[in-house]
Parts: sequence; structure tokens; C-alpha cells
Amino acid sequence: MQTPAPVDYVRATSVENAISLLEQHGEDARLLAGGHSLLPMMKLRLARPEILVDLQGLSELRGIKVDGGDLVIGAMTTHAEILDSPILSEHYAIFREAEKVIADPVVRNKGTMGGSMCQADPSEDLSAVGAALKGTVVIQGSGGKRTVEIRNFHEGPYETKVKDGEILTEVRFPIRPGAGSAYEKVERRVGDWPVCSAGAYVVVSGGTVTDCGIGLTAVGASHFCAPDAEAYLIGKPPTEANLAEAARLAAESCDPTSDQRGPADYKKHLAQELTLRALRRAAAASQGA
Amino acid sequence: MTAVDDAPLSAAGNPIGFGSMKRVEDQRFVRGQGNYVDDVNLPGMLHSAILRSPYAHARITSIDTSAAEALPGVRAVITGKTLEGIARPSLLGDNFAWMPTLSYDTQAVLATDKVRFQGQEVAYVIADSRYIAKDALELIVVDYDPLEPVMDAKRALDPDAPIIRDDKGFTDNRVVDVHGQTSWESGNAESTAAAFARAEADPDCVVVTQEILYPRVHPAPMETCGSVAYLDKVTGQLTLYTTSQAPHAHRTVYAMVAGLPEQKIRVISPDIGGGFGNKVPVYPGYVLSIIGTIVTGKPVKWMEDRSENLMSTGFARDYHMTAKVAATKEGKILAVDVDVLADHGAFNGVAQPTNFPAGFFNIFSGSYDYPDAHCKVDPVYTNKAPGGVAYACSFRITEAAYVIERLVDCLAQELQMDPAELRLKNLLRPEQFPYMSPTGWEYDSGEYEKTMRVAMEIAGYDELRREQAEKRARGEYMGIGISFFTEGVGAGPRRTMDILGLGMADGIELRIHPTGKGVLRLSVQSQGQGHETTFAQIVSHELGIPPEDIEVVHGDTDQTPFGLGTYGSRSTPVSGAAASVVARKIRDKARLIAAAALECSPDDLEWELGRWYVKGDKERGKTIQEIALLSHGSLELPEGVEGHLDATAVYNPPNLTYPYGCYICVVDVDPGTGQVKIRRFIAVDDCGTRINPMIVEGQVHGGLADGVGMALMELIAFDTDGNNLGGSFMDYLLPTAIECPDWELGETVTPSPHHPIGAKGVGESATVGSPAAVVNAVIDAISPFGVRHADMPLTPANVWRAIQGRNVRTDMAVE
Ligand SMILES: Cc1cc2nc3c(=O)[nH]c(=O)nc-3n(C[C@H](O)[C@H](O)[C@H](O)COP(=O)(O)OP(=O)(O)OC[C@H]3O[C@@H](n4cnc5c(N)ncnc54)[C@H](O)[C@@H]3O)c2cc1C
Repeated sequence: MQTPAPVDYVRATSVENAISLLEQHGEDARLLAGGHSLLPMMKLRLARPEILVDLQGLSELRGIKVDGGDLVIGAMTTHAEILDSPILSEHYAIFREAEKVIADPVVRNKGTMGGSMCQADPSEDLSAVGAALKGTVVIQGSGGKRTVEIRNFHEGPYETKVKDGEILTEVRFPIRPGAGSAYEKVERRVGDWPVCSAGAYVVVSGGTVTDCGIGLTAVGASHFCAPDAEAYLIGKPPTEANLAEAARLAAESCDPTSDQRGPADYKKHLAQELTLRALRRAAAASQGA
Repeated sequence: MTAVDDAPLSAAGNPIGFGSMKRVEDQRFVRGQGNYVDDVNLPGMLHSAILRSPYAHARITSIDTSAAEALPGVRAVITGKTLEGIARPSLLGDNFAWMPTLSYDTQAVLATDKVRFQGQEVAYVIADSRYIAKDALELIVVDYDPLEPVMDAKRALDPDAPIIRDDKGFTDNRVVDVHGQTSWESGNAESTAAAFARAEADPDCVVVTQEILYPRVHPAPMETCGSVAYLDKVTGQLTLYTTSQAPHAHRTVYAMVAGLPEQKIRVISPDIGGGFGNKVPVYPGYVLSIIGTIVTGKPVKWMEDRSENLMSTGFARDYHMTAKVAATKEGKILAVDVDVLADHGAFNGVAQPTNFPAGFFNIFSGSYDYPDAHCKVDPVYTNKAPGGVAYACSFRITEAAYVIERLVDCLAQELQMDPAELRLKNLLRPEQFPYMSPTGWEYDSGEYEKTMRVAMEIAGYDELRREQAEKRARGEYMGIGISFFTEGVGAGPRRTMDILGLGMADGIELRIHPTGKGVLRLSVQSQGQGHETTFAQIVSHELGIPPEDIEVVHGDTDQTPFGLGTYGSRSTPVSGAAASVVARKIRDKARLIAAAALECSPDDLEWELGRWYVKGDKERGKTIQEIALLSHGSLELPEGVEGHLDATAVYNPPNLTYPYGCYICVVDVDPGTGQVKIRRFIAVDDCGTRINPMIVEGQVHGGLADGVGMALMELIAFDTDGNNLGGSFMDYLLPTAIECPDWELGETVTPSPHHPIGAKGVGESATVGSPAAVVNAVIDAISPFGVRHADMPLTPANVWRAIQGRNVRTDMAVE
């Protein structure tokens, strides 16, 4: 049994209460969402907060809805809820495809949207999904709410724009009629973190790509996205050659490191291969739809 | 031999004898009511934790335990220095800092001079709770002077390599065995060399050489290792609850290590959550819990966590092999030679019979008929965890089966011959049994071709090859891999096999109570094999008593006779035979009692299941239950016949048993990503008589999953700094149901001629046989890219690199 260092625990009663608890305890406090990233780190004593502020009871942070032209996912919505959401599937296949390959059912039943974004692991799958779809996050503090683009949210590995005393409350994604989307992941075994994942949405209109987004994770893509590849595709027909060139550009913008999941050159190869596969299916879905 | 389906059913619906029945022990396991070591909580019990080395190789310059000792709730902090101060009245050294391994080496209980692998035991804290013990570990300050670690077996023999075992005064990193040997050879070197020379010179022959690595893996049982020790100062009795596959052997080792009188030691292995060989060795943690109870006078629990288990306990494999085969161009194998560099880690803690320092690796000549074979194994120390052999490998037959089955496929590729055809050309023929192998093993029985044909039939082999050809033409990469393996299990004849001088015969005891119900006491220790069920069935088969009327007692040295425990698939071949023999003794005695009761001569009696009756007068007879009551009653017994219906036996196997099988694996490989999907897996096992076919199938299922794991993902790799890169289940990947196809099982039954019920061990067959089938299938799939070999684990990255023509050292950190 792995044992964490001594820690206190408090259950937040509201978002405001959570914020005031965070302010009260400063650096020593840590928010607890699903706990599937934080608790393992605490058990290995890599993280040792003195007090955990548990968001589990805050139903206002949970749920999936359409708000105007946006899909909105509450911070405490679980992977499992995202996987099973008909609303999300109706607009973007990428959610279901990504969630199917994130961790395993046990982790998905607990792990959350907000926790995934705020953990900011360089291999987080939902970061690639969020970057591909050009979503935004809503961050709340005692001073009120602010909105940050996901492509501007990560400050680096395990670091985000969420400051001490702040909570990420929801994540928003613009609905794009006619978009097709897809997610591709290579893992060493089911439930493992990705060796590389790539996700994309493509809107094909009148035979050309009018809009697209590409997200990549685990391969050192800056802000989990590939803007050069996207720019290249816009205005071009989604031919195999064009998609392949975009995939090549996407891989070019990656800077993976070697680890036990694979050597850097393999990961770079995967970035290209998986981007191409995701683009192909997204473009086909857009045209088929 | 009773055919399995013929057994009559008991009132409870169980077969009286052999046949599938649900496992008795699962009643408690599926309800969460098992009783594991960590469930043992004694009054006043303290907890403990071990501080482990972050370095693979470093000199310890100082240890300061004062802050840890000052933490409230801490009862004692013990270091190597403390242990050096505890005198030990034993032949094995004069203090407790070092202990013997199962291979006559010594291993530090707590490091004194140096640490020699990452995760090595450095200090021990005993405290009121597990949490306090772990908190205290952080307060111990150890100063290390780091040394260059030797992480690659190939580096170990460099003249300038750092010496790991300077404690023994060694001047190089060669392992020296108890006979003073540093290299282990088997087979005929001269005739094998001559055969290769002839083949090299003959244009009608080929020689194929291949370097093959079986990387370091870990058994990773669900339950980690642990113990609860209690020395009762009043009675002087030491009770040790422990995760042991071999409680009796452990008791004797503790008597030697601790210098405690053996009659005062009671070792209890309660339910064990998987062993796979991991729970054969004696670990420093067990010894420390004993020291803990001696020091504090209270019961002390030690239970390692997952990372400790993966980083410090018995690993398996780590064999670097160079294999070559000579054959005619028609595909007749002439000779095989294998050179092995064996990585034994920092202490030679290998668990195997003394005369077999490389385990049974020298059975590598496999299932084929050729006259010349030779191998040489060079064992070395490295700065990795000690152990070895473990992981369901039948004493390194896993490595042996893998190397020969991989080599045969390399040969098939060289000859452009179908690997099935090549195997069929070379398999041993039924009339050759008993067969003396070129390295000295006497295979007891086998009908190899028949088994192979059954597997090919289930697989639809020819159809698969047709499908493969069509797919290849379309640019799809499907592969078919075959493995045909032979194991030698059931160690073993005491004349040649012992561990630490303890002969490998097993005791057993059977008592039939007056009401005809029995208690069978075993020395072997189930870790999931279902002994409580199978052994009752063996007695049931011999005596006709329903299996539910036989209670199987095991896992407590005070309650069971001596024997060497469960590993190397030895339970059924050795203790299973003992169960049959002891039941037959009871049957013979029952005959005398029945004769007395029926007032006839024993010679006039005939046995049918559960009953002695008078020849020619079937009505006149006595059931075993009636005889049991008579034996305890007032019936006048003949001269020399004692009352009651009890017997004991010690079974000394005349030979090993030789289970075998043919496995066929079908994979699809995505060359764009390197991902492997196992589509089908066909396993046809011949383990002789099947006592409980359902349990046999369960054993095979588990072993196949193990094989998939090793072939595709399991690995304990190290970086050059000495860091263990497989120290958690995020890093050490075990296969899940998703990676496992629906196993397609088949069987042939060729009974062992020398085992009383014809059974052969099956606990490790699938682990031994399956990795080669998976790897052969993957290589077959990507052979159009010119790939002949790639080392395990075949992760997507490794498969992709093989396709690129870049074979890499898979056991080192990925670069
Ligand atoms: C075995 C396993 C496999 C996994 N595999 C994958 C995988 O393949 N792909 C993948 O993407 N992920 C994977 N994960 C991670 C999983 O998705 C986690 O659940 C997720 O990363 C964190 O979500 P959580 O709700 O558990 O967060 P927690 O662990 O509770 O929190 C993570 C961090 O976020 C902070 N935090 C949480 N919520 C908020 C909030 N609302 N506002 C501000 N800060 C907050 C916490 O303080 C903490 O620092 C895996 C995890 C495990 C255990």
C-alpha cells in the first residue's frame, strides 16, 4: 500500500466556498476533482498538499449542455459522462472517440474534464481534443470570471493559467455545423497514456476545406495544436495529397522526447500518421454528413 | 486411466474422481472472504516499512536515524549496523546483516557497506501504524557516495567494469556457483562443433545464427509480498504468516538464518494472491519482520507496496542468447548451439535445484529429433535486483522454449519453408519415447505430431495461409506464429534435485475419519492453482469418496508434512502423485479390514469405485465409508493390522513429467503505427491425464495472458544511471482482457507412464509456450519488410523500428 503524507480534507459546499477555502489556505491547498491524477502523485509523495478542497459535491460544476452556439461541459463532468453524451456525439465524434481510449472505465468514472485540463499533463488527451476544437475555459476567482482560449491555457507541463485561489468552472466549444471530426491514438496497451494522439475537425464546403482544427498530445506540440498545418489546408480541396502535406506540417511542429513509450522519431512519425488518419476521417465525415 | 467424463456424480453433483467441478476455494474468493497475509491482524501488532536505496550502486558513508526515532509512534529504527551487532548462533555467518540466498550466495538483509541495486533495503522502521512508519522513512538521512552502476550484462565482464561483489573479495563480476564454477555447460561441445563444421562445409546445408534476448520481466502477483511475525517470549515459538510458495522450505531457511530451533518455528501461508515464482525466495523483508518481533516483543507486520514488489523482489529471465542451428536445405535439423550471458542481478538469488544453476535451460533442444546440442551459460552480477528464474517458467524452460522456437522460425525463413512443415519434419516420433535428449533429459511420453495436427486443424492453418497471401497482395500484414514446446516439470528425483540441500520429494498425510470423510494434508502451497479442489478429486478418484467429503489442509507447517512447495509446475507431478499413493495405501488397508469384516481372504476381494466386494458375489461388500467406521470400531483385526484408516507417504518422483503443446497465434500488424492485434490464439496442450479439465483450462488461460504480456509489453528496463523503468503498473504493463483474444483450446492426452495417475504439470505450460507463438506471428507478419527477428516486448515502437530495419536493445532505456 502506498501512503500519502499527512493531509487534511474539506468538502466545498459551493464554488464561492471553494474559492474562499483556497484563498484561506493559499499554496498549501489543492483542489480535488476525480483524484485520478492528484492522488497517485500524493501516494508517491510527489505532491504533498496540506489540505484538499474536494469539489465532488458541487453539482453546479457538473453537466453537459448547449448554450447559444457553444457546447458547455462543466468542470466536474466525468470522462464517462462525456463518453456517453448524445449532445456531444451529435456535434463532434471526436469526444466519443477520444474518451473511448482515455484510461479505463474505473478512471473514466471518476476523472473529470476540469481535472484533466488543470492537470495539464503533456500527454493529456482532452487537451488535444480541446485544442483541436479551439475551445475556451472559464476560470473563476473571488474577483469574478474570465475566459481563456485552450490554445493559450497551458503555461507548460503541469502549469496552466489557473492561479492560486481560482477554479476552472467550465469548458466551452463552438458548434460548427457541417464539421466532421475524429480522434486517433496509439497506446502500448488499453488504459495506457498515449504514445501519441491526434484529433481533428474539418469543415468541407463546396469541395474545399473552409475550417479545420488539429490537436496533438504527448508529442510536444506547442499548446497541443498545429496552426501551420491548419493554415495550409484552408481553401484547399481535401485530397489525399493535401491532407498528407498538412499531416507532415503538423508533425514538423512537434518536438517529442524519447521515453519508454517510444523514441522521438517514432513519435514524430506517429504525429504525421495519426494526423493524416484523423484528417481523412474528419474530412470524409464532413462530406458524408 | 478413467476417462474424465465417466466419473459418477456425488450427491453434491461433483464428479467422484476426475472431471470438471467448480473450485472449492472460489466460494470465499469471489465473496471477498479470502484471508491473505495483509488480512492478518494480531493483538498489539506493530507495522513496519523499509527504506530503499535510490541508487543502483553507491557506498553508504553514513546513516542518521535520530529524527526518525524521535517521530512519535516510532518503536525502532534498524540499520545494517544494528544487524551487524546482533550475534547469530548459526553456521551461515555470525550476524544478521547478511542472509543466504537459495543459490548459496549471500544477500544483504540491510546494506552495510554498499547498495548494489536501486530499491535495495537500507533501513527498517517499526511503528504503531503503516503511515507513521512511512513518514519516518523520510526522516532517515543516508549519505551515499555514488559508484558507476553496471546495468548491462555485456558491460559486466569488461576488464574495467566496477566490481559489484567486493564484499566477497571477487575481482570480476562473474557469478560463482556452489561448485566453484563460473560457466555452466551442457550437451556435447565437441560433437556439436563438428556438426556445425560439417554443415558449414556442405553446400546442401545451412547454418543460421541469431541473437535473441529474453528481457527481464517480473511476475507481478496481485498480492505483493509480506509477513506478520510474532515471537512468543513465553513459549519461544515464532509464528510467521507469510506470502510463501514453499512454507516448509522457508521454515528450514529461517532456522538456519535466525539460528532459531526449527521445532519452534511455525510458518503459515494463508491465501496467497498469486505467486508465479515471486514468492519462492526468502526476502529481507520477511527476515526483518522476524527481527522486528524479536526487538519489540510484539507482532510485526511488513507488507510491501507495488513499487517495492516490482523493484526489489524476484525478477525473471534476463537471458542474452546467441543461438545457432545447422540444418540440411531440406529442413532436417542437425545441431543447435546456444551461448547465454545470464544477468543474475546483484546477488545470486536464483531459485532452482542446486545441480541446475541455469535451471532447466538445457532442455532447449526442444521437441525435435537431432543428435547434437550444446549450450554454455555465463552468469554475471549487475546492479539490478536479485532473483531470477521466477515467473511461471518451469526453471527457465521459458527461455529454452523461446530460443528454440524462435530459432526454428529463423531457419524456416532462411529456407523459405513453411514453419509448420519444418516442425513436422523434425518433431520427435511416438516410437522414440522414452526419449533421451542430447542434453540428458529423458522425455517420458508424447505424440507430438498428433498434437500439432489438432492445433493446425482448429486453426484452419492452410486457410489462414491463403488468407495471408491475399492480404499481403493488398498491402495488409497478417502473421501466423507457431510454437511447439516441451517442458520437464515436477522437480524432482531426490537423487539429483535439491534446493539448499533439501531433497525435492513431497510428504503427504491422509486421515479417513470414522464417518468416511477425510482430511488430506499437503506440503505444497496453492497460490491460485485450486489445490483444495484438485487434490480432493485425486483422493476421490482413488477411494470413491465424494470430493466434498475430503478437506484439503495446506499452508501451515505445524499441520502438514514436509515438502518443497509449489513452483516449477511441481504440485501435480510430485504431491499429486503423493496424494494418489497415500490414497492407495488407505485402499490397501481398507481391503484388509473389509476382508476381516466379510470373513474372507483379502485376495478374494475386488475393488470398484468406493467399495471392496467379494469376487463373484457383488452384493457382498463394504463401502469405504463402512470400512472407515469398522476401522475405528471394535472389529477384530488381523495380525499386524492397526486400527484406524490413516496413512502417510513421501513421494520421490522417478523422473520429471514432460507436458507439451502446440500453440498457434494469428496477428494483424498495422505497419503505419506498429500496433499488433492478436486476432486468434489456438492452444493445444497435452498434460497427460486431466484431473479437473476446467482448472486446467483456467491455468492455460492465465498463462496465455502472461505470454501475451511478455511478448508485447512487459519489461523491467533500466537506464544507464541505474534507474528501474518498470517500477509501477503505469510503467510495467500487464495485459488486460482487451489484449487477449478468445482463447481456442484443444487437448490431446498422453499420460505420463511413471506418474500414478498419468498426470503432468500444466501450471506453466502456457507461459512457457506462448511468447514464442506471439513473436513468431508478429515477425511472420512483418517479414515482407525483411525482418527476421526482433526482441520482446513488441511494443508499437519496437515493431515500427523493426520494420525500419533498426533492431534495438529493448532492455535499455529508449533513446
Ligand atoms: C491509470 C490511469 C490512466 C490514465 N490514462 C489517461 C489517458 O490515457 N489519457 C488521459 O488524458 N488521461 C489519462 N489519465 C488521467 C485521467 O484522465 C485523470 O482523471 C485526469 O487527468 C485528472 O482528472 P481528475 O478529475 O482525476 O483530477 P484530479 O486528480 O482530481 O486533479 C488533477 C489536478 O487538477 C486540479 N484541479 C482539478 N479540478 C480543478 C478545477 N475545477 N479547477 C482547478 N484545478 C482543478 C487538481 O488540484 C489537481 O492539481 C489516466 C489516469 C489514470 C489513473
